[in-house]
Amino acid sequence: MAETKTAAYICKGCDIDKRVDVAALVKTATKSGKMNLVREHDFLCSAAGVAMIQNDIDNEGVTHAALCACSRRAKTEAFNFPNTAISRGNLREGVIWIRPDTDAARETTQEMAEDYVRMACAEVKAMTVPGGNPNTGTVKTLLVVGGGMSGMTSALEASKAGYKVVLVEKTGALGGWAAKLYRRVPTREPFKAPEDNGVTDLVARIEADSNIKVYLSATIAKTDGAPGRFKVEIAIESGAVANEDIGAIIQATGFTLYDANKLPELGYGKSPNVVDQAGLEALAIAAAAAGRPICRPSDGQPVNKVVFVQCAGQRDSSGTHLPYCSGFCCNTSIKQAMYFKDSNPDIDTVVLFTDLRTPGNGEDFYRAAQNKGVIFSKGVVSDVSAAGNACSVKFKDLILNEEVNTQADLVVLATGMVPTSGPDLDQLSEANRVAEGGDPAAKQHVVELMSKSVLNLTYRQGPDVPQFKHGFNDSHFICFPYETRRTAMYNAGPVRRPMDIAQSQEDATGAAMKAIQAMENAGLGRAAHPRAGDLSFPTVRLEGCTQCKRCTVECPFGAIDEDEKRFPLFNESRCRRCGTCMGACPVRVISFENYSVNTVGSQIKSVEVPDEFSEKPRILILACENDAYPALDMAGMNRHEYDPFVRVIPIRCLGSVNTIWITDALNGGYDGVMLMGCKHGEEYQCHFVKGSELGRYRLSKVGDTLKGMNLETERVMDLEVAITDMATLPQKINDYAALIKSFPPSPFKGF
Amino acid sequence: MSDLNQQMAAKYQNNFLREIEEQAEMGEWVKMCMQCGLCSGSCPTNFHAGWDHPPQELFMMIRAGKRDEVLKSNSMWMCTSCYNCYVRCPRKVPVTHVMHGLAEYAYRIGQSPKNQPTQHLSKTFWDNATKTGRVNEVKLTQSLYFKDGIGSGIKKAMEMQAVALGLVKAGRLNPLEAVGIAHKCKDIKGIHAMLAKANELEAQHKAEKAKA
Repeated sequence: MAETKTAAYICKGCDIDKRVDVAALVKTATKSGKMNLVREHDFLCSAAGVAMIQNDIDNEGVTHAALCACSRRAKTEAFNFPNTAISRGNLREGVIWIRPDTDAARETTQEMAEDYVRMACAEVKAMTVPGGNPNTGTVKTLLVVGGGMSGMTSALEASKAGYKVVLVEKTGALGGWAAKLYRRVPTREPFKAPEDNGVTDLVARIEADSNIKVYLSATIAKTDGAPGRFKVEIAIESGAVANEDIGAIIQATGFTLYDANKLPELGYGKSPNVVDQAGLEALAIAAAAAGRPICRPSDGQPVNKVVFVQCAGQRDSSGTHLPYCSGFCCNTSIKQAMYFKDSNPDIDTVVLFTDLRTPGNGEDFYRAAQNKGVIFSKGVVSDVSAAGNACSVKFKDLILNEEVNTQADLVVLATGMVPTSGPDLDQLSEANRVAEGGDPAAKQHVVELMSKSVLNLTYRQGPDVPQFKHGFNDSHFICFPYETRRTAMYNAGPVRRPMDIAQSQEDATGAAMKAIQAMENAGLGRAAHPRAGDLSFPTVRLEGCTQCKRCTVECPFGAIDEDEKRFPLFNESRCRRCGTCMGACPVRVISFENYSVNTVGSQIKSVEVPDEFSEKPRILILACENDAYPALDMAGMNRHEYDPFVRVIPIRCLGSVNTIWITDALNGGYDGVMLMGCKHGEEYQCHFVKGSELGRYRLSKVGDTLKGMNLETERVMDLEVAITDMATLPQKINDYAALIKSFPPSPFKGF
Repeated sequence: MSDLNQQMAAKYQNNFLREIEEQAEMGEWVKMCMQCGLCSGSCPTNFHAGWDHPPQELFMMIRAGKRDEVLKSNSMWMCTSCYNCYVRCPRKVPVTHVMHGLAEYAYRIGQSPKNQPTQHLSKTFWDNATKTGRVNEVKLTQSLYFKDGIGSGIKKAMEMQAVALGLVKAGRLNPLEAVGIAHKCKDIKGIHAMLAKANELEAQHKAEKAKA
């Protein structure tokens, strides 16, 4: 590669030249920035401006360019020079748009602009051009685990998009729960009657599809490798083992019904006339096969009255049963009540509910059931007892506020969904820790947990994808629903949250599309969501590594294994490029080509810190590029002004913040450091799931450092920022700046 | 009348919901209520003070088969027909009309509460207005005031004395109406014939319903 030649380009467009002294910026780039070549342009993102830069790259040998114009989030298509290291100085959204156009403000605005030029120059000199992940795999076959409605839909959708699919089903037939349904909740207008479950049609389409290879009675014995080059061992019941090369994985392993045996107070197990919803479907199928109405299981006599008990073992606040609503069961009970009403309107059907929840077009279906004469009563069932062929249901009527006893021939319990998500990784690692003592019972516990594993990954971080609440696989409910914390593995259907067939099928389609993107990106050596297309990848300087394992433990995506010498072994294809490993590394040996301890550190050091008598404090803002930095850009676009003494550096994730940056800043005379990251915890918004949480945990220790330096602990502030905070963020910055100004200047200035 | 009540109770056994659906006007809407309570929340009459049961509770009681309690309830007589509930019901249940239907049915089979003022007024108004085709205001007021006996009637009349005199002075009330000299409809015979036909049709309709 040719030797390094640096260049800075300063744009005068968008009124930048009217607000700041561009000649002075050119001087700054040349003198402080030490750039080999500095040019200004009236309109840098125009064809002429871009051609000027391209010409310098082609003919002047420019390898590193600092573009001082607008935010790095703007004009990305114009400023796309693939083989050149590019940094951006944010003079527009970051300076002139957030400062008033007054003579009084001119001086501080100019200082701000000069600092951003210095920072862009410093950053680009610390960068190299990302080369792409060398460790790519180009397999484009999708593995779908689970042959139910979600799995079959994923397989068909991926096949329609032109990809090969391997579909693995544990049981001897495709169809999953849907195949056990007599009818399903309606999917199309007018949503008034149950319709065919649709399984036969889907199975026929799968069987006729040459792109889809189906393994029945088979499970995943082992999954090794990385996106684009997974090696999967499929164990078939007959004892045979099949090996498949796989690009991405969809886990659509569905659910089981909550065990009604845990509900003896509702009569389950005491009488054959108390069934769960699956039990009723079985009765309906048997009745239809025999060409007779549904009969009482105890004596085969006709049913005159059915009571449906909603929320059986669900939405339980006592901690005994499921705490959540499964979302599908109200519609199912409505459908099952129709089985009776449609065959004989004289059969009494009573649905006892506390809140009737009918997602999708269920409201029409509910209304249709009311029209058919299904009685809906708001009540909580306390006891179901069985005497002979009859059941007695005791419930509290919540509208009439009284205890009621009613008789029924058949009682149906609406129990909820329990995901088939494999062992909980935290439980498993705790079990492993206990088992290290050699206790046989503890070892047996590990074996039991491992027997539930779905994917059997060989990842250091555990055999399955991590779970979040209530045993469901982790996936962001709103922003990135199918993503798991393992790259190129996607969730579809009730394994990630309770849902009905229609939702599962939508989910399955979405997951298939995401999996295809992941395979394609992996093949090109690029990152997947949320830095889709990023070619940088982490490298580690092993000679400096102390084998502390923080990177392997903290990586939210299980991308880092350990080699036989216990050094970290990066699987670049599994990496999402969040930089959490880089932030975690106490000896700072992990870096990306265009994002490292040095690229940010040199920016921090390049800012000119005025002396303590100038009354111009300096505040460093490290802003997450996913929410906080766009929010600041939007504040600029809306001309919300904020303090001129802040210097903003975008970071990939709060998790990538290395504490050395903070100590460097404070030692360098900055008066305060403000960290902006996404919300963490139960309702996290971190795009890297755990990044902001890990970053915050790490930074919670920074107070000791401050005390050691004899500084006020408030000088480092952690702020949760969402994209919606765009309008309030400037005020928060100003409040913090006012607080910092109330302290004496940092004693470290001038050292 | 009470034999009609027994007849109906016997006919429908324990299925009060079906009885209401088939016998009460608009009764078929009762099953469509989804218990959201918007009707009660929208009612301007402060039913907590005077109503036995708010509308959605009444509907629930019908489904729960509480026949006596529903029919003897004063709720449907308390409705002022403002139509707030009717307009707001998300299920488009014509709540006001259902209340009227329930009231009419309870009255028809002799189960409505005795001496209930609204019921009394309705009956008196009907008899009064259909007699001459015009309302005899003095007699109507008298009947309402003296509903609970002479003592309370005189008391109420004295209370309203000033209002009555004001109306007389303004020519809005003719004291001679008290002795039957009152304004009448021009074609009383025609009115009576019309009402007779309506009654005949209504009776026919109800007989058909009762038979079904």
